[in-house]
This record gives sequence, C-alpha cells and structure tokens, in this order.
Amino acid sequence: MNLKLRVWRQHGPDESGRMVTYAVEGISPDASFLEMLDVLNEKLILDGEDPIAFDHDCREGICGMCGMMINGVAHGPERATTTCQLHMRHFADGDTIDVEPWRAAAFPVVKDLVVDRGAFDRIIQAGGYITAPTGAAPDAHATPVPKPDADAAFEAATCIGCGACVAACPNGSAMLFTAAKVGHLGLLPQGQPERGARVLNMVAAQDDAGFGGCTNAGECTTVCPKGIPLTLIGRLNSDYRKALRKS
Amino acid sequence: MELYREGEPIRDEVAPDGPVETRWDRRKFAAKLVNPSNRRKLTVIVVGTGLAGGSAAATLAEAGYHVRSYCYQDSPRRAHSIAAQGGINAAKNYRNDGDSIYRLFYDTVKGGDFRSRESNVYRLAQVSANIIDQCVAQGVPFAREYGGLLDNRSFGGAQVSRTFYARGQTGQQLLLGAYQAMERQIAAGRIEMNARHEMLELIVVDGRARGIVVRDLVTGEVTTDFADAVVLASGGYGNVFFLSTNAKGCNVTATWRAHRKGALFANPCFTQIHPTCIPESGTHQSKLTLMSESLRNDGRVWVPQRAGDTRAPGDIPEDERDYYLERIYPAFGNLVPRDIASRAAKNVCDEGRGVGPGGLGVYLDFADAIGRLGRHAIEEKYGNLFEMYQRITGEDPYRVPMRIYPAVHYTMGGLWVDYDLQSTIPGLFVIGEANFSDHGANRLGASALMQGLADGYFVLPNTISDYLAAGPFDRLTEDHPAVAEAREAVTDRLARLLAVDGDRTVDSFHRELGHIMWEYCGMERTEEGLTKALGLVRGLRDEFWTRVKVPGTGEELNQNLEKAGRVADFFELAELMCVDALHRRESCGGHFRAESQTPDGEALRHDDEFSYVAAWEYAAEMPVLHKEPLDFEYVHPSTRSYK
Amino acid sequence: MATTGILLVLFLYVHMAGNLKIFFGATPFDHYAHWLRTIGEPLLPQQWYLWIQRTVLTVAVIGHIAAATILARRARRARPVRYAHRPKVQGSYAARTMRWGGVIILLFVVYHILDLTTGTLNPVGSPGHPYANVVADFAPHRWYVTLFYALAVVAVGAHLRHGIFSAARTLGQRGARGEHVARVTALVLSIVLVAGFLSVPFAVITGLVN
Repeated sequence: MNLKLRVWRQHGPDESGRMVTYAVEGISPDASFLEMLDVLNEKLILDGEDPIAFDHDCREGICGMCGMMINGVAHGPERATTTCQLHMRHFADGDTIDVEPWRAAAFPVVKDLVVDRGAFDRIIQAGGYITAPTGAAPDAHATPVPKPDADAAFEAATCIGCGACVAACPNGSAMLFTAAKVGHLGLLPQGQPERGARVLNMVAAQDDAGFGGCTNAGECTTVCPKGIPLTLIGRLNSDYRKALRKS
Repeated sequence: MELYREGEPIRDEVAPDGPVETRWDRRKFAAKLVNPSNRRKLTVIVVGTGLAGGSAAATLAEAGYHVRSYCYQDSPRRAHSIAAQGGINAAKNYRNDGDSIYRLFYDTVKGGDFRSRESNVYRLAQVSANIIDQCVAQGVPFAREYGGLLDNRSFGGAQVSRTFYARGQTGQQLLLGAYQAMERQIAAGRIEMNARHEMLELIVVDGRARGIVVRDLVTGEVTTDFADAVVLASGGYGNVFFLSTNAKGCNVTATWRAHRKGALFANPCFTQIHPTCIPESGTHQSKLTLMSESLRNDGRVWVPQRAGDTRAPGDIPEDERDYYLERIYPAFGNLVPRDIASRAAKNVCDEGRGVGPGGLGVYLDFADAIGRLGRHAIEEKYGNLFEMYQRITGEDPYRVPMRIYPAVHYTMGGLWVDYDLQSTIPGLFVIGEANFSDHGANRLGASALMQGLADGYFVLPNTISDYLAAGPFDRLTEDHPAVAEAREAVTDRLARLLAVDGDRTVDSFHRELGHIMWEYCGMERTEEGLTKALGLVRGLRDEFWTRVKVPGTGEELNQNLEKAGRVADFFELAELMCVDALHRRESCGGHFRAESQTPDGEALRHDDEFSYVAAWEYAAEMPVLHKEPLDFEYVHPSTRSYK
Repeated sequence: MATTGILLVLFLYVHMAGNLKIFFGATPFDHYAHWLRTIGEPLLPQQWYLWIQRTVLTVAVIGHIAAATILARRARRARPVRYAHRPKVQGSYAARTMRWGGVIILLFVVYHILDLTTGTLNPVGSPGHPYANVVADFAPHRWYVTLFYALAVVAVGAHLRHGIFSAARTLGQRGARGEHVARVTALVLSIVLVAGFLSVPFAVITGLVN
C-alpha cells in the first residue's frame, strides 16, 4: 500500500507544532498502524531526518501506552481497538491519513505524538485504591462477592488508562476514566469503607488537573478500546451526590 | 578456543537447612529487623514497577522506608506484567482436589526440570496463598462463582485446579492492584515516583550497591540517585530475540549493568518459548502476540503430510493431514507441555511442512470442536481470543484454522540471588523475572505472576531488613570517585552511540541479532550452531559500533538513543547466552541441545554433570563460571514423559 | 444543568398542552390565555402567579445558561489546542449540537416573547386576542416565520433528546437497562413535544385553524 501521512510534529513542550506530510510506500496490509510508523521512521533516520516520536510498549492492546488521533478518531476507525492493534488493511491504498497527539491541557505534548498523562496517575493517587497494607488481608474467602458485582467490577477495571476518552471528549473530560475506577472499587465489598471519600477526592483531583466537565456526550465510550460503559458515569454521579450529602 | 574460565563454586549462604517446611520461618526469625522509627531514615531504590517492583515499592513504603521508584514507561501502571493473560497459581486447595503447599512445590520443581532450588520453590508455594488474600483485599476482581467465592481453573503441568484468574487479563488486574497500592504511597509521600527514567548504571561504593545513574528520557538529563539499597525488578530479557511476546521496551540494561559491576548472571540460556503465538506476517513485524495456551484444550494441531503443500487448509483431505502431536504423544496429544509443543512445531516446519507466509506456522484447527460442541460453546470459551486473532490476521478462525507458531515468552535466567534475593553485590536485591531463582529450566504456566508478587509483597520486605539493619550508610556526594566514574561511563557511552553516525538503524541491528539468536540459540541448540552464533554476534556487535546511526541528540526525548543503548547490552548478553548454552551439554526444560536427546527425540538431562546453577561472572576477556550445586532432598529428579 | 433543565422541560410540556387548546377554537383558546393571568386568585392578585412563574423560568434559564457557559469555558480551557482534523462525531449529533442548539433556542425565545407575549413583532399584536395573533403569525405569506419557528422547535427537540437523557445520567441513573429507558424516554418526549408544537403552525397553514 502507498499512503500519504500528515503527522503532527512538535519538537518540545513549549514549541509550536505543525502537520507535516510524508509519503509511505510499500506497506503490507497486515502491518499494524505502529509498524507502518516504524517503517516510516526507519526511512526518516536513513534520510537524516528526525523520526516521529510516539509512545508504545506492549503492542498487544493492554498497556495503554499507545494512542493517537487518526483521522479525527481516537485510536482510529476500528471500534474497541488500540492503535497498536489497528491494522493497515482497514485503510485503502492511496489514503491520506491525519495523525495527531491526544489534545488536552491536562495532557501536554512532550514531543510529536507523545503526551504526558501523569494527570491520570494523580487522579488515582487521590483515592483510586483500597487501603489494604500488605499482610493485613483476611482469607480471600472471608467475604463472598456476588458474581454480578464481581463481573461488573471487572468490566470497569479493564480500563487501560490510555486517555482516548479524554482525547475524544468534546469537553476534554476525564470522567469515564475516573468513573471506571470509582465503579471498580465501589462495586466490591472491600471498597465500601472508602467509597465516599474516594469519589469526592478523585473528582476534585480530576478538576484540579484541568480536565473539562462531563456533558454525557458519550464519545468516550465509543472510542474506548475496552468499551468501558457510560453507565459508570451515572454510578459516579450517584456516589458523588450521596457522599456530598454525608460530608 | 576457550570460551570461559571456571571459578570457585558458589553457595547460597543464607538459606537455612533442616526441614523445608520451616526454612522460611526460621530465616525470617534470624533476619535482623529495623526499628520502625529508623526505617524512614533508610532509602531504597526500586527499578521497575511491574508485579515485583510495584508490590515491593508499595510494601517497603508501607513499612516506613523511603522509596524511590523508576520506570521507563510514562506510568508505573504500564509495566509488562500487565500483559499476562492466564492466571496465578496458589496452593489454597479451595477445590478440595488434593492440592497443598507441598504439591505446588513438587509440581514447580518438577516443571522446572530439576534446575531450581528446593528452598526457594517451597517458600514460593508457602506464600502463594497470602498473595491471593492480599490481592482480594486490594480489590482485584478475580473470577467468581455464583456463590460469590473465587473460581479456579487448571493449567498446564498440574493435575489440580489452583489457578486464580480474571478473565484473560489476570496480569493487568494484579498489576493495577500493586499500582494502586503504590499510588497510595506516592500520595502519602513515601514513594517518589520517577516515570520515563531509565537506569543506565549501578553505583557501587566500597563493595556495596549504593545508587544508580539514570537518564530522564524526556529531557535527556543524566543524574545520580543514592540509597541504602537498590532493588532491581526490571523484568526479563526475551527481547534479545527481537521478536518476542515482550513489550517493545523490555530490556536487559539494568541487570546487565549490574552484572558488569560484579553481580553474577545465572542460567542465561534458560528461555521459555511459548507454542501458541500468532506467526509473523512479514518483515514489518515488530513483536509477536501470545494466544492463551488454553486454546490447545479444544484445538487440534496439524500440518500437511506433504512438504510444500500450498493448498488452502480446507482443500487438504483428512488423510493428507498430519496431526503430529496426537501421533507422537498419544497420551497427552495436543496438551503436551510448552517446550515439547514448541519443538515439535519447529521440527515439522523444518521439514518444509509449515503453513502460511514463510512456512513458519502450523494449524490449530477448531473444526472438530465446533462440530462436536457447536459454535456457541466455542465462542463462550474462547470468544475474546478468536476476536484478537481475527483483528491481527484478518482471518476468521471459526471458518479457517488458526495459524500458530512458537515465540519467546519468558526468561528463567537472570541475576543470581541468594535466599534473601540479594545478588553477589551486597545491597543489590533482584526480584521477579529479573532474578533466576524459582523456575529452574522451565516455568510452569501461571507461576510468573505468583513469583513476582511473592518476591515483592512477602519475601523481599522481610529479607531486606537484614541488610538495612546495618544502615543508614555514609552519605554519598556527587564527587565521590565511584559516583563520578559511573556517571561518566553513562555519558561517555551515550556520546559514543551518538558519535558513530553510520548508515544502519538500531532496529536493523536488533532484528539481525534476534534472527541469529532465534536460529541458533532458540528452540533447538547445537554445538555447531552456537559456535557459529557466537562468531556472528561478535561480528555484528563490532559492526554495530561502527555503523549504527542514532539520530538526534542526547538532550531530548530520543527513542532511538534509548533503543541503541538497550541493543548494545543485548549484544553482550547474547554472547553470554550462547556461551552458557554451549557449556550446558544437556537438554533440560527450555534448553534443548540436539546432541542430548533420547532415541525418540526427547530432552535428555545429565544430572550427574549439570545439576547446578551456572552463575557467570563478568570479565572483559572471558566470563567466569561459578557453579552452585543443586541438592534435591525432597523431589528426586526423574525423567519427564508425556507419551 | 439537570435541575434547571428539568424545570424548563416541565414548562415546555405545560406550554405545549396549552397551545393545543387552539384546536378547540378561538374562544376557549383566548379564554385559556386569559385564565393564565388569573391563576392563584383570589389568594394572589391578578398576574402575580404569572410573574412568579416568569421569574422562576428566567432564573432557570439564566442558571441553565450560566452552567452551560461554565462548562463551555472549562471545555475550552481543557483543550487549548484544537485538532487539525476535526474530530468525527462518535456519540450523537444531538449531544454535539447542545451549545449551538442552545444559542438558537435562546434567540428564538427572545423573538417568541416579542412576537406572542409583548406582541411587538406580531402583525396583529392584539393583547387580548392570542388566537388571532397566532393565526396571523403563521399566515402562508409569512412562510419564513413558520420555517424559523419549525427550525427552533426541532432544535428544542434535539436539545431535549440529549438533555433529558443527560439529566437522568447526571442525577445518578446508572444501570444499562435504565440507560436504555432513559434514552428511549428522551426520544419519545422530544418527538411528542416537537409534534405538539409543530401541530399549531401546521394547522394554521392547512387551514384547520383560522
């Protein structure tokens, strides 16, 4: 396949960037999107140009490191798919593809397509855990967990923290990310003691980080590679209201 | 030509002897403790934030130590433990199926083909049950039954159901548990987290590990960090093969740098090759993806009987197919252990009977199972795996048989550690896949997660105090000669990599190195092939240092500079792997020497000669071998048979 | 957004129900309009109820707009650099058009008050004869007024389609089944409202009401 790529190039956080056009040739339809970028980078290096910086690691859709806007869609045109698992067979020979980094004030660009998602870690630090110091745990069977709750908690816990939800949200909101963690821990009996404080603190941390507000637009769940459901946001809202009343 | 020199044997001095059941308790009691008020005066550096590093950092911080953590990813949550699919073993015996600590111990020693330490493995089995308790308390959403209790499944190499799991994402859920525990300590100010930092050198002062030299991957700044102890939890080195199921960033640099500073490297040739991965689709391939081993429960493995048969699988009639695993191993059939399934696939492909691009693949066919159980049942069991396969290959495995091929998956070798998980450099502790200790020559499924968390949550926090009790050690300054030397070594090396400015990319070297290693130090190794590989690796390494082209500068985010440093270390490791593989003239676990096989082609161990851990000392001219003899008081070596 | 929005939706429904009175003829309709001014009597003086309602509605509108403005400003701050390739709509068009839709609705409301409340912009503008005012409004030669009215009503419908669901979500609706119910309810309520409001100009144009 031969393609025309327009890629956001930005040398550093404080520099201005622009879209730069590249021609990539001879790409196998079986290559992944990142492998296509690898091929382009190999060429750029040998041509004496600066290769495109992009984050990636496991390349099997679970680490959450990769992610870019591909033709205006977070992680590209395939549903429930991370960028590393997107294959070139979903594009046509001769296509022009626009590639941009996640855009959010809370995710400043580090270089080219690499952004800093430390804000997500700070949201987790605010309460995205259960206080259970090592060694203090009772037997695993001490508290049964109804299967539907365990399954729902698991579904919420599959979030890979890639940031596609923020990137796709018209408001630049991190609500789906926060709601996934609040939902995961709030659905389990072990998560109950800290449930109220958790939701209040995590939402506050999310607001402090400069994310936008949620308007339930639902774009996040559509692009989410793990299909984290929008209902979790309702759960967060409900928990938040209850916690506010008690506090 | 001499490849190595043999040095003094080495012994694990701290492991207690006596009854294996009480060794861990006795060691914990004998270990010195640190008064809680003194702990905050002690600093521990932890490199890596996977299951081992994450759990260790969180637990040490909870105990009151000051911890500084490092990872090369942008967040500690992304370490490659996250990609583990299957599950985690624990001797809970919730199934009442005869499981016990002793049985898990037995299975693991046997599974490791009698090349691991009984003391360590027993301890691993003992703490396995605590891991599950700990993870449940943290909110890890393990699979449950309708009664609300935890579900178990069975896994290869065991006759009991002791594997706890969270769908196909157990590693992810366990890692997030450890990550969240870490984040809690970060918020409390007891862990200082440094993401996007890579350790490039170990600082050893007066014989003790006292710090590390790191590069900030965003700014390129090279700095030093001092502590009272250093813990390496930097994972395995499967990426020496270029194509593996490891993440792209996985590397040997942290452990290799420590090795060069005096830490012994044990059993580097013990690598595990997983039989069910999605085969390469072309030269663009950047990594391989694992498909859960569980697929072999219902899929039948076959290749065409005739070499060079290019017909579509559906056009090949039953009597022209070779279900070779069922033919060769009628007792276990498609469920033979990983090493055996992998080698059998290689053999049929070597005969020219492989399928798919390049002839490097075998069919894993579900047609029979779909016919017998119906498509719905197969969907229920393997739906997500089938989807993953289809996403990557564009083929529908419900209609066309899957193509699979073995791929490098895990490395049992690593830095040598004693029972306290301390390396031969005092103050340098090594945990998780980065050490060598518990899996011997072959790791059983669902044991890697168990070992990582055992080391991090329960073993290291109890043993490191014995060392730290002597601290805090003298304050170090930047101008200490050992510190300055370590920092300069790093900056010099980075400058050298950038200065070559040749005409080949880092990836092209890495790919070629991987090809050599896969060909000659992969599933089947021979004296001739390994000798050839040594020559090829050395030649390629020299070429690397004269022809590599690393664009950009050192003072910025430069992903090629990162890669170049890692590949340079892989070259050195590759040599040691070949030497280790050459010297071990026996077949055991993942190490198959063609010269050492039974008449019907099975691995043949030589316990009289090779029942030891090969711990290698770095030396500029040639490595020095220190043997640690292995004693088996409880599980007596026997031959594995799966026919 | 949710609380003020719900108040406004309730008002719209009452307003629509009142509008439909027009099908009963001029006298009942005018009588209904007159009655609006006498609600609460004799407890309250004439028109007091109406003014209370107007105050509440104005506060709700201002609150709604204020909340929307805060959200919009936060959204802008949250994404200071826009995408070069305009993001494709991945959710619903209704959700994407809330802000511009809201502005159109606001402009319409201003016109609507000047037209049928104060009568300033109405061709008849007779305070005591709303029936005549309405009929004059939608006279065939004033097609552009009818078109604007129809567009505004459709905009309200789209606004409500997302707004009602979103309010439910904000107030804590959290099940998958509930989400389905909320979405269907929002759609049905919007369609009913649009149909109700559009039936009046339709009736005038077709001569059902004259």
